[in-house]
Parts: sequence; structure tokens; C-alpha cells
Amino acid sequence: MESFEQCIKCTVCTVYCPMVAVNPDYPGPKQAGPDGERYRLKNPMFYDDALDLCLNCKRCEVACPSNVKIGDLIQNARLKYSARKPGLRDYMLANTDVMGSMATTFAPIVNGMLGLKPVKKVMDKTLAIDHHRTLPKYSAQKFETWFRRKARKSQEAFPEKVSYFHGCYANYNNPKLAKDFVKIMNALGYGVNLLEKEKCCGVALISNGFKEKALKQAELNLRSIRKAVSRGEMVLTTSSTCTFTMRDEYAHILGLDNSDVRGSIALATKFIYELVDLGKARLVFKKDYVKRIAYHTPCHMEKLGWAVYSTSLLRMIPGVDFNMLDSQCCGIAGTYGFKKEHYNDSQKIGESLFRQIADLNVDVVSTDCETCKWQIEMSTGVPVENPISIIADALDVEATIKANQKK
Amino acid sequence: MSSGQEFDVIIIGGGITGAGTARDCAMRGLKTLLLERKDLTSGATGRNHGLLHSGARYAVTDQESAQECIRENMILRKIARHCVEETDGLFITLPEDDLAFQGTFIDACLKAGIRAEAIDPKVAIRMEPSVNPSLIGAVKVPDGAVDPFRLTVANALDARIHGAQVLKDMEVVGFLKEGDRVVGVEAYDHSSKEKKSFRSRLVINAGGIWGHHIAALAGATVNMFPAKGALLIFGHRVNNLVINRCRKPADADILVPGDTISLIGTTSSRLPYDEIDNMKVTADEVDLLLREGQKLAPELAHTRILRAYAGVRPLVAADNDPTGRSISRGIVCLDHETRDGIPGFITITGGKLMTYRLMAEWATDLACKKLGVDKTCRTAQVPLPGSEEIRKKKNVKFEDLGQKAAFGRHGARAEKIQSKDKYDDSLVCECEGVSIAEVNYAIETLDARNITNLRRRTRLGMGTCQGELCACRAAGLLSKANGCARESVTDLAGFMNERWKGMFPVAWGETMSEAQFTSWIYEGVCGLDAFSEKSE
Repeated sequence: MESFEQCIKCTVCTVYCPMVAVNPDYPGPKQAGPDGERYRLKNPMFYDDALDLCLNCKRCEVACPSNVKIGDLIQNARLKYSARKPGLRDYMLANTDVMGSMATTFAPIVNGMLGLKPVKKVMDKTLAIDHHRTLPKYSAQKFETWFRRKARKSQEAFPEKVSYFHGCYANYNNPKLAKDFVKIMNALGYGVNLLEKEKCCGVALISNGFKEKALKQAELNLRSIRKAVSRGEMVLTTSSTCTFTMRDEYAHILGLDNSDVRGSIALATKFIYELVDLGKARLVFKKDYVKRIAYHTPCHMEKLGWAVYSTSLLRMIPGVDFNMLDSQCCGIAGTYGFKKEHYNDSQKIGESLFRQIADLNVDVVSTDCETCKWQIEMSTGVPVENPISIIADALDVEATIKANQKK
Repeated sequence: MSSGQEFDVIIIGGGITGAGTARDCAMRGLKTLLLERKDLTSGATGRNHGLLHSGARYAVTDQESAQECIRENMILRKIARHCVEETDGLFITLPEDDLAFQGTFIDACLKAGIRAEAIDPKVAIRMEPSVNPSLIGAVKVPDGAVDPFRLTVANALDARIHGAQVLKDMEVVGFLKEGDRVVGVEAYDHSSKEKKSFRSRLVINAGGIWGHHIAALAGATVNMFPAKGALLIFGHRVNNLVINRCRKPADADILVPGDTISLIGTTSSRLPYDEIDNMKVTADEVDLLLREGQKLAPELAHTRILRAYAGVRPLVAADNDPTGRSISRGIVCLDHETRDGIPGFITITGGKLMTYRLMAEWATDLACKKLGVDKTCRTAQVPLPGSEEIRKKKNVKFEDLGQKAAFGRHGARAEKIQSKDKYDDSLVCECEGVSIAEVNYAIETLDARNITNLRRRTRLGMGTCQGELCACRAAGLLSKANGCARESVTDLAGFMNERWKGMFPVAWGETMSEAQFTSWIYEGVCGLDAFSEKSE
């Protein structure tokens, strides 16, 4: 049965849609998804441009009691029927790989430029990238370069290995996160391999309408992932969105069969939590690490249902005063919130989250998604870290190595 | 109570034949009154398959019907474009069928003037991806889909525009006579609960299967033989081309795409006359429809079924054969003055939805002859209201589902749907995209007085949820318009019961979940079962 026919019109998806709450022009997931699909099957002219407003947060799918792939229906309809052709701005936002490679080469200049008010104004006017936004800073050295030069050799000593899909953000913008991951895995006794070839997971290409390119990159990634899995390695990530994209969007939106490797793609926090939970590894934390932390559940993390792994690890740190934020969309939705036309909706959606964070008065917010990080940092001024970085900072590396050698 | 005025002609029956005849009479300047005992299309018309026959189905067995069909098919494409979908159709040959029949079939089609063209099965699969891929032959014909509700409402509306009166809930219970001559009718008004009489120079019986009984009231015998046909409605549009079997007509061998859904039909079984107002679809019929339907489009096996319903074909026995063995599917126009010695009374019956306009033309020609009016029929040339040349709208941004869907339903008349603000644009029926403005238009302009009336004029409640979300909203709008909340609650209960009646024969899987959820809301939360003693 077609998934949309399972809809019993209970409308709970629309109740959970963050966009419906702030923008009455959006018809809501029920109408944009299962209801609209019946009409689009009749005639493509029933496609509604208001579907551009969908954040692809998939909170509708999480809410649905009838297992309707509402978010997928909407994404697929956009890719199939939208007459709007992506422009230069969309190309720049979507091609994180291309932009990242160019920008890291000239990182100090680019970072300086992108932060300048006149540059922001020009980008706002010419590219419709909202001037409130600061594009993420680029690192002078890519993680891949550092890994090849500084870390690859030492990984060979470990008998057990995992593969790491670092994604664009850890590679170009925040190599420290990737280094933190390597540090933790090594301390737990695992060597880290990079994939033979890695391209951007493609989430931004999909949401900006570049399906063909997304398909090419997905096929390349799946080839590399299959090689790693055939060596008996898990493929771990530090971004909830990359993980979700490779596990679900590759099959549901791009139509690729990833069922053979889907179970081998996981967030690092899930893998580590399960090791600890099964008694296969131990984490030892510094005695003097003290932080008040609030965890934000990214939408795609909610869809994965894996927030419990990241939060359980954070709660293991003795010095952490842990606070759970209400699970809600922060409003950025990847490249969505960077677009001038969406800026206001984006900030309205996140408003209650920002207020909650401000009221909690925490040292740091933790979340598994890089774009949530940018949004929360910009909107609250509170620093945001990936749980992996927090664990790495709190970890007593020597003691952890020792604890895991005993076995 | 008697209405003071005298009409030239009274037409009994608000199905497609009656509405078409009223339009033709009114366009020829006759002072016309149309009487319907319930609502427009509430009889056989509203339980039609919705197939715009090319005539191909009849070509081998009945050349005359085939020729009538293709002529009317081409006319309806012009005069009723907002009621018609020009989809084309396929006649497929499956491995179990005789491929030699295809040649006979094409020859017969061409002889009747039907453009029939054999196409490669591979091409047929490309044209219609849902078709059974094991087909060994395919013929393309100019079949299509026609919406019987829209078509009837448009005819009645045009009759009114040309000066006719259309009265619903008005059941003819007797005839006024002067000697043998019929000079009017007596009717019971179900809304005011009183008897009324209407005088006219002529009465035309267009009561379809119920015409048997109406003729008897006037003292004439018209032997009707009801044939029941059951159909299933699927949850979405599975096919975009009509799919038929290329063989002699049989059960469940036509799959028609109609608006947002697909329809498989029909079965055919004799029905005792006293059961025509109370038909039920049996489990055997559902099984047969599904079994045969899957042979046309295998996807039907796992497509949600919204409901089952049955209609009744008004077959007429030939005059010289009281046993009913020699039955005609053709048009029967009876002049009771020459046939039975009852001047002032005409019966138009037989035929089919496809030939309603021709039936109306015959009946009106006869009426004009009797009344001494010399006017020619123009119904084949003048478009129905809504099907006039559509002016392209400019500067419309963000046209929402409701506006687009209303345009499909009302054609050029959609311009008359007045939406003042976002509230008016908001949807009453979310499955079929019916807005508050459209509901109000149907109430004010199309004489919709209850939820079932609204369903027939707008598709409200016809979608996936079968009234779950829209029925109570519609009841609210009607209670505002009618100024009576109590009546709307009873109406709501009746409507929900009627929806369940159609879901019951196919109540499994998602259809059952939906029905259960609906019952939680209406019975569990709202306590509506306390009001469900009365249904339409």
C-alpha cells in the first residue's frame, strides 16, 4: 500500500509542524503530504509552491501514528514538481564540499570577509543570504589533511577499527570535533580509518533541488561505506543530519538501496554508549571537570530516535549538571534559515527554545547537529558543542586507555 | 395548496435525463418546472460509473448505441468540458482472452465512427503504467471520464438561468386530470410537509427506474426491469486512462479514473422492483470486483478502498414483450396519447448517462410538437454554465488547493465563488479541497440544503476520510445558513451513517481504522449516536 493511503487524517502531524505554528501560508504536513499527493497524482498542476516552506524536519513523521512518510512525500513532490530552479545562492549553500575546499585554502581572508557588515549586506542583496547570518568560519587546515599527516600512521597499531564519515562540517569548519572523535576512539582501543572516498552526504543538495548531484555523491559514499563494512568496520559519524541522510534519505528520496549497510551507519555516541552499556569499554572522566549543560535534540536526531545515546553519555560525566531542553526545532533546518525569505520564520520557530536556554543559564549547550549549533549560538550567545567534544574534554585519556587495556 | 401559475411542461425526476430535458425545454422558451422527490442525482445518476463512453464497449453487440455514444461523447467534450476528463481509454487483451476478438472489435468501432487504434502492449504500459503488464494486446479509444453530479447540476442550473423552476424534496404522488388528459401533478413537499398541486399543459416522466411507478400513477404501463450494478471506489487515482477488457462486455471490466479516485465496475444482477430504494453491496460482489479489477490493474490488490455502492440501470421491456426478455438499452420515448390514450403525458426513459442530451432532445422535440412550438434544439452547441471559454486568470500567486480544485469542479463558474479573506479560503473538506467559500456558493447558488446535497455539488465528504473532518464543519455552515442547529445535528448523524453504509462492505485495513477513528470522534467524543435515529 502507498504510504499516504495509511493516513487516517488525525492531523497530529500538523499539530507538531514547526512551520504551521509560525506561517499560515504553509498548508501543513497533512495537506502538503498525503492530501496533496492524491491531487498531484490527478494532475501535477496541483503542486503548491508553498511546499518550499517545509523545513524537512520530519517531526511530522515522528508524530504520525500510522507510519505515513509525510516528510518524504513532501520532499519528493518538491523534487518532482517544483518549477522553481535553484539559483547561485542555492548552489553555494548546497555545495558544501566545493565551497569548503575553496574557503579553507584562504580561510583567514574568507572568514574575515564573511564577517564584515558591508559584505553581509552585499550577500543579502545579491544572493539573498540573510544579513543577520554569519556563514560558518572555515578552518585553515582540513581535518583530512591533519589526519593524513598526523594520525593515520598511529591508527595501524589498533587491532579493532572503525571507519569515520566526518562530513563537511568536521572537515572544513571544525576539525577539532573530528580530532576529538579520534581521541576518544583511540582511548577506547579503536583505530580510526577514513573512508576511501568521501563526499558531502548531500542533504543540502536534496533540500536545494539538486537531486542528480546528490545521487552521484550518495552512490560514491555508499561504495566507500560498503568497502568499510566488508572489512567488518562500523561507519561512525558525528553529525545527526549526515547520519539520517545516509540511512533514510538515500533510500526514501534518492531511491537507492542501502539496506545492506544501513545498520552499519551510526552516530559515534550510539556506538560508544552501546560499548559501555555492554561492558565492552569504559570511560573514565576527569575529577575536576564541571559544567552546566543543556542538551538540544536536533530534528533529525528525533527522527533517528537516538538522542538517548548522546544524553546518556553526557549524564555519565560526574561533573556535568545536565538539563534536557524541550524537543523542538531550532528553526535553522540546515541551509533553510540562511535564506533571506525564510529568516523571520526561522527565528520565530526557534524563539521558545532560545528563551528556555537563556532561562537555564548554562555554560554550554550540547547538540549533535552543526546547523543547530550555528542557530543557537547566533540567537542566544551561548556556546554550543557536540557531545563528542564535551566527552573528549571531560575524558581522562590516560585513565581511559588503562581501563580499556585491562580487558 | 396550489400554485397559481400554469406551466407549459412539468418534468418529473432530477436525474440527468430530467435535468437535461428541463434545460432543453427552457432553452426553447417553454415555461418549465422540474420536480425531484429528493435531490438532484439522488437516484441512478449519482450511482453511475462516470465513464465517458466512446461507444467502443457496445460496438460489437449494439452498433446503434455505439454510434449514439461517440456522437454524444464528442458533443459533451465541447458543451460540458468542466464535467469531462479527456483521458482516452485502453481495451486490453489478457493472455486468457482471445486476441482474435481484437480485430472484430476494431472493425466494429471504426464502422460506428469510433477512432480505435491497436497499439503495442509496451507502448500501452508506457501510456498507462498501472495496466496489467502481462497484456498481449491493446486498443486505444476516445473514452474518458464524466462527473454525473457536475453534469446534472450544470444542466439544472442552466434550466434555471433560462427561466425554469427547479423544486427539490417534491415527490409526485398523483396526477391532475381532466377526463383522460393529464393537466398537472400533485406532489408532496417533504420540506414543508404539505401537498401541492402544479398545473401544466404537458407532463414529462423522466423518473428513470422510478418512472415505472410514476407512469402507473397516470394510468400507463411502462415495464422497467431494474438491473443492479455494484462498484468500488479506490482511495486515489490509480490509472489516468480508462482501462477496459477487450472482450464481450462482462462483469467488473472497466476501471475509470474520476477526479481524485478510481472506480471499478460493475456487476450486473436482476433486482426485484421493490428493492430499488434499498440496495446493499454483497460480499460476493466485492470479491468479484476485486478479483476482476486486479486483472486490469494489479495495483488494486493493495490500494485502499474507500467505499462500495450500487446503482440501478433502468432497462425497459419492449412494448410487445411483457415478460421482459427482449430488453432494450436504447432510448425509449413514449407518447402516452397515441400509446395509451392519455393526452398530456410523455415518458422518456431507457438510454444511459452518455445519451442524456439526445434523450432530452427527443422528449423536448415531442413536447414542442404537441405544444405547437417551432424551436430547434441548441443543447449540442451551447456550452453548459461553467464550460464557457475560460478566460486565463492573471496575477494569481499561491493559488491554493481549494481554489484549484474548485476551478476543476465549477469551471468558469468558479469565478462566482466569492472569497473575501483567509477564513473564506480555509478548507471545510481537506481531502477534496472544498473551501468555506465554495460551500457557501453551493448553499446560495446550487440549492444545497443539507450535507448530502453539498457532497453532490462539491465532492465534500467523498475523499479519504469519508466525512470525518468535514462533515461537522459543513453542518456548522449549514446551520448558520438555515438558522437551525437541531436540524443540522440530525443531518450530520444521517450523513455519517450514510458514509458508514458505503464503507461497511469494504471495512478492513485502513478503511476500518478510519471508520473506527471517525466513530471515536463522533460517537465517543461528541455523542452523536443519540441523534442518529433519522437518516436521509
